[in-house]
Amino acid sequence: MVKKVITGNYASSYGAKLARAQVIAAYPITPQTSVVEKIAEFVASGEMEAQYIKVESEHSAMAACITASQTGARTFTATSAHGLTLMHEMLIWASGARTPVLMTNVNRAMAPPWSVWADHLDSVAQRDTGWIQYYCESNQEVLDTIITAYKVGESRDVLLPSFLTLDAFYLSHTYETVDIPDQDEVDKFLPSFDPPYKFDVEDPHLFGSLSFPHQFYMEWRYQISLSMEKAREKILETEAEFKKIFGRSHGGLLDTYRCDDAEVVLIAAGTMASTIREVVDWYRDKGVKVGLARLRVFRPFPVKEVRELAESVDVIGVLDRSYSFGYGGAFFAETAGALYNVPDKPLIKNYVVGIGGRDVTPDTVSGILNNAISLKDKGELDQEIEWIELKEGGD
Amino acid sequence: MFKGYKDLPCVPMTWDTTLVNMTGGWRTYKPILDEEKCNKCYICWKFCPEAAIDVDDELKEVPKIDYDHCKGCAICANECPKEAIEMVEESIED
Amino acid sequence: MAKLTIPEEELMIPGHMGCLGCGGALAMRYVLKGLGKRTIVSVPACCWAILSGIFPNTCLRVPMVNTAFEVTGASISGIRAALDALEIEDVNVLGWAGDGGTLDIGIQALSGAVERGHDFIYVCYDNEAYMNTGIQRSSGTPEGAWTTTTPVGDTQAWKKGPKKNMVEIMVAHKIPYTATASVGYPEDLIKKVTKAKGIKGPKYIHVFAPCPTGWRMPPGKSVEVAKLAVQTCAFPLYEVENGVYNISKKPKKKPITEYLKIQGRFKHMPSDMVEKFQKDIDKEWELLLKKEEFTKSL
Repeated sequence: MVKKVITGNYASSYGAKLARAQVIAAYPITPQTSVVEKIAEFVASGEMEAQYIKVESEHSAMAACITASQTGARTFTATSAHGLTLMHEMLIWASGARTPVLMTNVNRAMAPPWSVWADHLDSVAQRDTGWIQYYCESNQEVLDTIITAYKVGESRDVLLPSFLTLDAFYLSHTYETVDIPDQDEVDKFLPSFDPPYKFDVEDPHLFGSLSFPHQFYMEWRYQISLSMEKAREKILETEAEFKKIFGRSHGGLLDTYRCDDAEVVLIAAGTMASTIREVVDWYRDKGVKVGLARLRVFRPFPVKEVRELAESVDVIGVLDRSYSFGYGGAFFAETAGALYNVPDKPLIKNYVVGIGGRDVTPDTVSGILNNAISLKDKGELDQEIEWIELKEGGD
Repeated sequence: MFKGYKDLPCVPMTWDTTLVNMTGGWRTYKPILDEEKCNKCYICWKFCPEAAIDVDDELKEVPKIDYDHCKGCAICANECPKEAIEMVEESIED
Repeated sequence: MAKLTIPEEELMIPGHMGCLGCGGALAMRYVLKGLGKRTIVSVPACCWAILSGIFPNTCLRVPMVNTAFEVTGASISGIRAALDALEIEDVNVLGWAGDGGTLDIGIQALSGAVERGHDFIYVCYDNEAYMNTGIQRSSGTPEGAWTTTTPVGDTQAWKKGPKKNMVEIMVAHKIPYTATASVGYPEDLIKKVTKAKGIKGPKYIHVFAPCPTGWRMPPGKSVEVAKLAVQTCAFPLYEVENGVYNISKKPKKKPITEYLKIQGRFKHMPSDMVEKFQKDIDKEWELLLKKEEFTKSL
């Protein structure tokens, strides 16, 4: 093991190298580019034995990863924002074809207007594609998640693609100390990719085919749903195994912080969780019972964990760094949905923050917490959805 | 072959060939080879888009039309240099 | 003793879902005879996505994969990269798409793939329209043709503008081998496929594959019309090897009317349009002869 001070993007590249990704197909996009530049260096220097396809678009990147995976190779790609949304069709293809492709997505806002800063709309909009989604908080988590996510995705019970996301610039370009595990240890933890079915000229099959409504299309979709369910346990199991060898873990599906006796809890994903953690400590120092539940995995959604959390909490504030125009942020809607059939639910409010990379500062978090605490005192919502620190203007 | 999600392999892929499809049922006109006229040039075999005309390994016999799969497109009749294939309308009794 | 002029082995088997007289089915049958069983074929949305069979059946004795409409070039890049990564040798990677999937929606992925220089064979089976969706014009539809989206009518709304010359687009990528072939001439087609198989790098073969359903003609006419396209020089057969043009067949040019009159898709064409059709063909043919002459010394 060595320690290196590297960016989140480089942590991604090191992760792909340590996982021995065999086929990389990638296209540049700000702020992801340095992920694939670093991999290009690894391949060029011979440090990494991989076929690197410098595709002409992200859509083609995903298409190439899918067929490479179907041929039997471990595949990796990285993208952001417009690149991810361009892939949308192929994302659904990847899960339908049961290819455990792995991807880093740097969360960035969608144009227009152009914005290269942090925003979760790009990945949240891929909710229904059948991908496992991890939201990372630190560069270490980025590297570790690549290794564990391969193991989860490639397991025969799961066989689904996964992406992990890191907030534009907050992680992608910020240097942090990262433990780079030994290759031998990673090899022991992560066996080589062994899919149950692959292209074989000695045993030819047609992959894909056409299925009529009375046949099995619906059953294949149900199988994906079952595998997503299996992924819940597999993520926890794999993380526990990782912890045994490497001595750290990142909180499973819902990473809770000082939630045990909390009356007010904020749910948030990505780097703003670090800020909230800090502010929670300040409030706790003053004896105010607040906590943080970091949504680390958005798909599969941590329904069980959210319900358990809600049992003892009076107010849940859900922070969304994206918005579904027409009704609320997706994290809010999913949290509320998970709690609808539970008796004695807490109040749930949606705080829309940090859109287009606007900084979520400790003051922002304090404001949100103060509001959430006031709701607890009143016992009712002031409003269901609130855009935070919005410039009002006008008269 | 498969009954439902419990026994269905999770990757959508094929497990059998199309030989089970009796596409001969699509046929309106049936090619009939006049074995006397046939010079065994096998041009009919060469141009069959169904691969539904068979030749023997020694190339001694006249080609055999696989009526289970022949759709009756009539390319064989159109291309036969000896005009040895006639397209005959299928009758209900057949 | 009689002799077969093309390989006997069949890697495409009966019972497929192709229409009667399908040129696309003939094209696959021939190409696989040329490539042999150590071949993986990638097929996007097109007639062949359906023609190949319905779950759980396939008409191919080689592995095939369905992929999205616009990604054939990328999909074969991925297959080749994975084979290389896994050190699997002696496998042909075949991209197989129609004119819509090649000339229109798939042109970006194909251009990228051939530019990167992966080792594969890409075949465009050209039936000159979106046939799987029911005969809509593509950029491969010849000028003047009827399709369901160029329905002629009182305003003479036939296909406007010339057919896109995909072969020249591929030649412009400076790939080692580009060729045209026709299901009317299987020996020539298989010879080209066999040659392409022996060349490392991206190879492109544009196969003329009549569609009796879409061209509004009896299915028995598929091979005849494929031959006529060559004999009238509407679809010349040639190869371009490292920039050098070589015309495979130089027919005694038949008048274009021979080709047009058996196809319902051209039956509305007024005589001045037919004349223009002939003139355009003459010009293109002249140009091709000059290219052959001009590149001889390269």
